[in-house]
This record gives sequence, C-alpha cells and structure tokens, in this order.
Amino acid sequence: MTDNFALYRTMLLIRRFEERLLAEFSTGKLVGTTHTYIGQEADAVGIFSVTDPDDIVFSNHRCHGHFLAYGASSPQGSDPYRLAAELMGKATGLVGGRGGSQHIQWRNFYSNGIQGGIVPVAAGMALAEKEQQSGKIVLVFIGDGTLGEGALYESLNLAALWRLPLLVVLENNRYAQTTPVELAVAGSMAGRFAAFGIPVWERETSDVLEIQSAAREAVAHVRFGAGPAALILHTYRFMAHSKGDDTRSPEELTRIRQFDPLTIHAPRLSPAERDAAEAEVSALLAEAFSRAASDPFPALTTDHRTLNTEH
Amino acid sequence: MTTVLDSLNSALHSAMESDPRLYVLGEDLLDPYGGAFKVTRGLSTRFPERVLTTPISEAAILGAATGMALRGLRPVAEIMFGDFVTLIADQVVNHAAKFRWMYNDQVRVPLVVRAPMGGRRGYGPTHSQSLEKMFLGVPGLKVIAPSALGDPGALLLAAIADEDPVLFVEHKLLYTRPLLQAGQGDLADFALESGGDPFPYFVLRPPAPPRLTVATYGYNFELARAAALELMMEHEIFCDLLVFSQLSPFDLTPLFASLTQTRRLLTVEEGTLTLGWGAEVAARAVETVSGLQVRRVAARDLPIANSRPLEDAILPQVADIVAAARSF
Ligand SMILES: Cc1ncc(C[n+]2csc(CCOP(=O)(O)OP(=O)(O)O)c2C)c(N)n1
Ligand SMILES: [Mg+2]
Repeated sequence: MTDNFALYRTMLLIRRFEERLLAEFSTGKLVGTTHTYIGQEADAVGIFSVTDPDDIVFSNHRCHGHFLAYGASSPQGSDPYRLAAELMGKATGLVGGRGGSQHIQWRNFYSNGIQGGIVPVAAGMALAEKEQQSGKIVLVFIGDGTLGEGALYESLNLAALWRLPLLVVLENNRYAQTTPVELAVAGSMAGRFAAFGIPVWERETSDVLEIQSAAREAVAHVRFGAGPAALILHTYRFMAHSKGDDTRSPEELTRIRQFDPLTIHAPRLSPAERDAAEAEVSALLAEAFSRAASDPFPALTTDHRTLNTEH
Repeated sequence: MTTVLDSLNSALHSAMESDPRLYVLGEDLLDPYGGAFKVTRGLSTRFPERVLTTPISEAAILGAATGMALRGLRPVAEIMFGDFVTLIADQVVNHAAKFRWMYNDQVRVPLVVRAPMGGRRGYGPTHSQSLEKMFLGVPGLKVIAPSALGDPGALLLAAIADEDPVLFVEHKLLYTRPLLQAGQGDLADFALESGGDPFPYFVLRPPAPPRLTVATYGYNFELARAAALELMMEHEIFCDLLVFSQLSPFDLTPLFASLTQTRRLLTVEEGTLTLGWGAEVAARAVETVSGLQVRRVAARDLPIANSRPLEDAILPQVADIVAAARSF
C-alpha cells in the first residue's frame, strides 16, 4: 500500500470512522468512552504502509486509527465492521464486546488502556520474536503524556541491552488529556532514547509521505537486527481527548487545522480519485455500522456462571 | 441539593483554606478542567502554588506525597481512576504504610490518596474496577469510603486530619448523588443511627423486627437500600442495614449487635467475590456470633466487560441482593 490513493483512502477511512463514532456518542447510541485519532491519521497510515503484514503492534487507548491502518496493511484489509461492533458492545466485536474502545486484539494487533504498561509487554514480545527468529518486529505506540511512566524507561533499557526488534512510536500531539507537554515533559524527548543508545527518527509533520519515509528507515533499522529504534512524530489532535473534554481555545483549534493530513495529501489525487475514495469509504462505513447495530449482545456462558455468587 | 461531589469539593476548598500545609497533587487537576471527575475543581484557581498537576506518573505521585508527608506537609493525592492503584501499590504498601511502625513510631505519614473506583458506566476492563480489596488489611494503612449517607466532605476532612496514610475510595456513581437525610425519601421507613469516630458507621433499622442484617459500604448502599425496600414491600422481609465508612482496619462492633438478633448476615460489595471485604466481615462475624448464616453478593470473579449487558451480568445488581436475602 504505497500509492497515494491508498494512503488517502485509509486516512479518510479513519477520519470518517471517528466522526461517525462521535456522532453516535452525542446521540446516545454509544456509551462508555472513546479517544479519536482525528488529526493524527498520517502517523499510523504512513507507518503501516512500510511494515510487514505479520509485524506485531501494541497500541494504546487511542487505538482505532492504529487498528484501521494496521488492517489496511494486511491481506484481509481494514475491518471497520468488527471495530464498530466492539464499540457497540456486540458479540461480533473484535473481542466479543469484552474490551470496548481501548482493549482490542486482532491478528497481531493488541491494545490496552493503561499508560506505559504496554511497553515492557511489547519488549517481551520482541524478545520472543527474536528468540524464535521470526523476522517480525514489534511496534509499540505511546503518547507524549506516557513519557511520565517509569515502566517505559525500564523497558528502553532492556530493549537496548538485549538488542530487541522493537520500534517505539512516540506520537507527540502536545497534550496528555488537558495537560500541555510543557507541564509534563522536562528535557528532550529524543534525548530520552539517546540516553539508552537507541537511535531516533524525528519528524515535525502531518504529511503522510514524510512520515512514510522516516518510518521506512526506522523499520529497516529494527528489522535488520540493529536493536530498538524510536520514531518521534510531532502531530496534532483535532478533537477532544475523549468526547467533550477539550479545554483548548477556539483559536488554537482553528490554527492546528492547517496541519490536516487529509488536506495536505489531497492535492496529490485528482478530484475524481478523491470522490471515489469518499464514496468507497462511506459505503464501507454505512455497511459496517448498520450491520454491527443489528448484531446480538454477548451473554455470560455457564462456565462463567460457575465462578459466580449464586448459591 | 448538595451532591456527594459538592460535599467533597467544598471539603477540599475548606481544608486548603485553613491549612497552608495542605497540597493537592495528581493528573489533570488544573482549572478549567479541575480533575477528571471535578472533585478538585476551583482549587488551582484559588491556591495555584499548592495544586500540583503532575505528569502521568502514579508511582512518583504517591512517593512524592509520602516524602512530603514525612517532612511536614499534608498531601492529598488523586489517582485519576482507581484502577491505577496497582501502579502505586509499592509506594503505599512498602513505603507510606511501613514507615511509622518500622521506624519505631518515630515518624508519621499523614497523606490521603483519593481514588475514584467502580463500574456501571461502560468504561471497560481497566477503568471500572473496585480494587480497594487489595489494600484491606495492609498494616499501617486505613481504607475509607464515603456513601451518600452522612457527610462525605467531613469524612474526607477526617481522613486528612489522620496521622496515618489513608486510601479514600470514591465510587464514581456517587458523585452526582444527593446527600441522604434521615427520615426522608426512601429512608422514611427506617430509623437511622450512627456512631464511630472519626469514620462513622450507619445503621438503618426497619419498622418491624429484622430477619437479616445487610452490611455494605459506598455506592453499593444504594443497591442494598433499593433491595431492602423491595424485600420489605414485596416479600415482607425486613433488614437491618449497616453501612461502613471505615473498611480497614476492620471494626465491626456495631454489626455484631445486629447479628445477635438476626443471625443472618448478607454482605454486598462491588469488588470481586473471592477474598473480598465480605469474606473478612463474614469470617469475623462467624468467630464472634454463634449460629450465624452468611451470604455474600459481589462481582463475579471476572474482569469487567465493556459491553453493558455483560457488565451488568458481572456486577452485583439489586435483584442479586433480593435473591440472596430470600435464600436464607
Ligand atoms: C496509568 C494510567 N494513568 C492515567 C491514565 C488516564 N489517561 C488516559 S489517556 C491519558 C493521557 C495520555 O496522554 P498521551 O500519552 O499524550 O496520549 P494521547 O491521549 O495524547 O494520545 C491519561 C492521563 C491511564 N489510562 N493510565
Ligand atoms: Mg498526547
């Protein structure tokens, strides 16, 4: 998936999927929580355009975009239907409705909603792949705010000591929930990795092609067996952290829209191609959401009931 | 109408106002956001130097609070979701709660950790748990939980005044609940007694002799109360309701008096069943009161699902309490 149309189409799929979710939350069709990827689409789409379909991914709370982009790199293609079903709590969801928005698993894709804790797990996965000589690499996604968690640094040390095939993708969208990066991160982001001798690829861009080229180099380094690497992408989150919790000023929200990855990439397509992408995505999502909506809810099995409080 | 949230929030305001040693620290505390559940709202505007918004560093938040407490300050730390108390466990168990006794009572660690716990909001497996049971019985630590009874803000002030570390467990669904008054609404049929200082317990006595005693705490009192009403109206089964705010150390004296009359104990909690609060309450009750029968209602021993029907099936419901009460 390297051509401009495919890159655009997957970014658009993520954008429209997330917009649809926010709409469903605001009309009460969905409950619980969600963290949208709107504004950051170029990160995952650029990265998964240069990975192998069998590579391994550990994602975080903001995982829908990572998942849809990962799917696009696989032979099966993205599966917005199973993701929508998961968010609706349906039995047909990615993990049968048990996990919901932040806790999904599909093929070699995993996510969890605890900041930081996924990094040592990803390091262990990388060790397993290395020991089994599978040639697969592990990508783990963290945000700027997650630089606060100590488990991250313990894992970077292990990964460097043991030369693990681990790529840490740090998406700096400049906020952790409502906390601006200036109040949460002292010193240098790249310097944190450099201290462990981990090479860093760093880009300040929302252009999917620039991200793709940086990711290609970082992935090649890790795949070559040269040990872990870090890819630091400075980006923007356009919508609230989860749903209604945005404390940024309207001016700031307007200003950052100039870094819209879709607008940046769109001129590389003809108007007809853009229309075709829009039509394809909209048909896919309409089908996904209506099919998921009519699916059944899960129930506890008798196995579970034996563990219960009944007498 | 005062809610539990208002009560906790104004307690923090008055504590910061009256004690310059009081510091509040945690994630995303600054106004206008004022914390994920708004318990700290307004504090950073009024006391900017003493409200510390932190990086996402739960272990360091607790460790720093412990150091502050050892050296003369009164920290109140917020853990954004109670599920993340696993990240502070070492600081609480092996540091904060250890120091006083280990250092021959020569030091004190007066800190409060506030943690919003509980499910029923569709937040999924890592943002819905009631993990306080993991901290019950830790020597040197108190575990306190407000309910909609009495004065949750006063309870928080008592925790702040305590010389020892306190884990203060706030069920998320309590925040919007109005404070309950004796003799009003669905408490009208019950006589309300309370005792225990500084962390009170409450006893609700039904209008006729009780057949069983229900013991609970926190938000699950809302479920227990609904169940008690249903049992009374539809089945003519009357219950004594005991609501604790001090979970640990266990002090169950008021429970034993009721059990001597009913000889039937039903515990209700939202944490998982096995080795929960109710297990310890039951063990102590059986040791103290002869001829006792016990039932426990708690969450199934499963993670909490995101899907609402599954979450409902995993967490205890009013119907589970009614069924357990009728099963005696
Ligand atoms: C251990 C832990 N602490 C706190 C949280 C609550 N929380 C969820 S997302 C988030 C902010 C994360 O910020 P960042 O890492 O920058 O990722 P972003 O949301 O910006 O993508 C916080 C504080 C959590 N999920 N896990
Ligand atoms: Mg961020």
